[in-house]
Amino acid sequence: MGIELKMPALSPTMEEGTLAKWLVKPGDAVKSGDIIAEIETDKATMEFETIDEGVIGALMVAEGTEGVKVGTVIATITSEGETEAQAAPAPAPAVAAPAQVVAVLALAPAAAPAPVTAVPAGTAMNATTVREALRDAMAEEMRADDRVFVMGEEVAEYQGAYKVTQGLLEEFGPQRVIDTPITEYGFAGIGAGAAMGGLRPVIEFMTFNFALQAIDHIINSAAKTNYMSGGQMRCPVVFRGPNGAALRVGAQHSHNFAAWYASVPGLVVIAPYDAADAKGLLKAAIRSEDPVVFLENELVYGRSFVVPQMDDFVLPIGKARTVRSGQHVTIVTYSIGVGLSLEAAETLAAEGIEAEIIDLRTLRPLDKAAVLGSLARTNRMVVVEEGFPVCSIASEIITIAMEEGFDHLDAPVLRVCNEDVPLPYAANLEKLALVDTAQIVAAVKKVCYR
Amino acid sequence: MAQPARPRAPKAPKSTTAPKAAPAVAAPAAPLNVEDEATFALRSLQQAHANNKRYEASDAELLHFYEQMVLIRRFEEKAGQLYGLGLIGGFCHLYIGQEAVAVGLQSALNEGHDSVITGYRDHGHMLAYGIDPKVIMAELTGRGAGISRGKGGSMHMFSTEHKFFGGHGIVGAQVSLGAGLAFAHKYRGDGGVCMAYFGDGAANQGQVYETFNMAALWQLPIVFVVENNGYAMGTAVKRGSAETHFHRRGTGFRIPGMDVNGMDVLEVRAAAEVALDYVRAGNGPVLMELNTYRYRGHSMSDPAKYRSREEVQEMRDHHDPIEGAKQDLLRRGVSEEAIKAIDKKIRTVVAEAADFAESSPEPAADELYTDVLVGTY
Repeated sequence: MGIELKMPALSPTMEEGTLAKWLVKPGDAVKSGDIIAEIETDKATMEFETIDEGVIGALMVAEGTEGVKVGTVIATITSEGETEAQAAPAPAPAVAAPAQVVAVLALAPAAAPAPVTAVPAGTAMNATTVREALRDAMAEEMRADDRVFVMGEEVAEYQGAYKVTQGLLEEFGPQRVIDTPITEYGFAGIGAGAAMGGLRPVIEFMTFNFALQAIDHIINSAAKTNYMSGGQMRCPVVFRGPNGAALRVGAQHSHNFAAWYASVPGLVVIAPYDAADAKGLLKAAIRSEDPVVFLENELVYGRSFVVPQMDDFVLPIGKARTVRSGQHVTIVTYSIGVGLSLEAAETLAAEGIEAEIIDLRTLRPLDKAAVLGSLARTNRMVVVEEGFPVCSIASEIITIAMEEGFDHLDAPVLRVCNEDVPLPYAANLEKLALVDTAQIVAAVKKVCYR
Repeated sequence: MAQPARPRAPKAPKSTTAPKAAPAVAAPAAPLNVEDEATFALRSLQQAHANNKRYEASDAELLHFYEQMVLIRRFEEKAGQLYGLGLIGGFCHLYIGQEAVAVGLQSALNEGHDSVITGYRDHGHMLAYGIDPKVIMAELTGRGAGISRGKGGSMHMFSTEHKFFGGHGIVGAQVSLGAGLAFAHKYRGDGGVCMAYFGDGAANQGQVYETFNMAALWQLPIVFVVENNGYAMGTAVKRGSAETHFHRRGTGFRIPGMDVNGMDVLEVRAAAEVALDYVRAGNGPVLMELNTYRYRGHSMSDPAKYRSREEVQEMRDHHDPIEGAKQDLLRRGVSEEAIKAIDKKIRTVVAEAADFAESSPEPAADELYTDVLVGTY
């Protein structure tokens, strides 16, 4: 009688092993931590410790025995001075205990959905650059919520490497607009940690190319914590900055990472095109309880668009927008691709093809209904993306069309992406590598059999 | 330059050192011999610790430390046993041998207010912060009643209620996350500090030094704790580290270091007081090196062939933190019976936790899809 010692599993995959050697014999007194046997797994020879005190009773498996299944009783220990009844654990109050867990989990406040603004008729629409719209979004949220702060390289005294944070230092001071050293991994972690600690950080990367140094915190720390904690610990951080090709800055400064982030469950990924979307979606991102990757585009910062002049203009995350209606073909795109697609649509209209343009705006979660709804109306689709073609957002949209829209397709879906090469520096080569309107026009004609 | 606080530093005869008429010709030699204020600050905490090495605990306090260390030891032994029985899967890193570190340090914290964050060897830090052993063990067995609803496992446990922030599996990540928690304390001005634990292995990660720089630059309220257990997985410290005195590694960032015996809970606690006084006074971070030892392998599947059995036995026999505390208690006249009563109580607590963890149901299948995002979009 007494305590049964069972063949232990000594690795995540072990099912059986060899009892290589006994280091004790019946009658030996043992105490917690004593090594009593050596066990060979497929990988190594491991020492087996007892955690119980007592005297070794019987050794049930002889040393040298191979193929001993995990869980087989290999020895017994008789406890000294304790009766069987005392040694046995008291039955746990299985029904009462889970309530404690629920109590802990319930502490996390319920997520307040960001209110979505309907633009009333008659609202003034002011011309605003994307750069200003982003700044306005941050400033408004900082005024409304003192947990919101901005951190990054050159965001304060320099006023932003691309002037997106212009004026914020002056209004909010150095406690809330914080210049960092050039240390992306470190400050991305500090941002994620501050979010875990209850703040609302907006972390600017000078470009998302530099965020590769920090991607561990975006993926492993920010995106996974809520799930790994069973919903207990959130990470409401916004990582934002320009993404994709700029102008002749070479391969290391010209990469669109949208598909990378959009592939990760636990993240929200937003990539707006115009100023109103930039403002309304950045405000929603800052209010979100989830970690958000907010992908801007340097070439678009200076473009002007109308933005509704309202006290609190917020747009819904996860909703695409039809930026142009048309009945012949659907162009699905996002970010700078929207501008290119609009240009292409004008050319196509002159030739009698009316294209419907869907701006995804949010890349995760993706608005599949908007994509499939438009496809059902036009029966033809082209995806436009300023980024590499392989394993891209375009790949995903085409998959959705195949899996869920096949019956509506009158032609194969085509994608118009950058060339599958690192972006070159030479002006002519860069132009050849990047997606352009002529390629979009050609692809649309092809799916329209024109 | 921040004015260094020297909570328990000896009052060095500095007030009398104002040079009156130093001869100009002697100047070149001076920088080598005379410590300026800042240089002194970097070593002042170590001096304060040396002057008052062991915490003067009451019997009740020491009994409590003993109880917490025994709880961690028995809990981890049981976890190892349940792993052996196949009830715990994946990676499981035990804290056996290092108990005095978490217990000594966290006993000096304001539980539920000060933040604690660590890596994947996290069970001990949670138990030392008063988190229910049942929900920890149930997480280890992957049950719905586990503290992370069975979705985190051994390496990923959190309690926002207790201000325990994980439980992180990427070596070194908790250091910069911890600085973020400290940033939040400072931003809110709530007087809290963060204690960020990492190992001698993590101490070689680049982000640790990025974080040292920013934490010192911004004077964040954080105690960096290197738990030097001698081995980064299987690599002995001297094979992986050019500077093996980890407490010196903050000097390049003007962070004062402390070299602490991590096998004596009272020395750990005394050192914690010095560090926390300094940090709470607004002076910025402290780097503590806690010299400790893990008796078990890096994880359950580590045969630990990179060290000798004699080395482990020497630590167990002559430096065990629990045995040390027990001898202290006996010397104070605490009865053997009182100590045995604690041992017995803890065995019951751990047995109940194990029973709860084994008998609780696995998470419901629909839990697969919950907690991915908080919002609905």
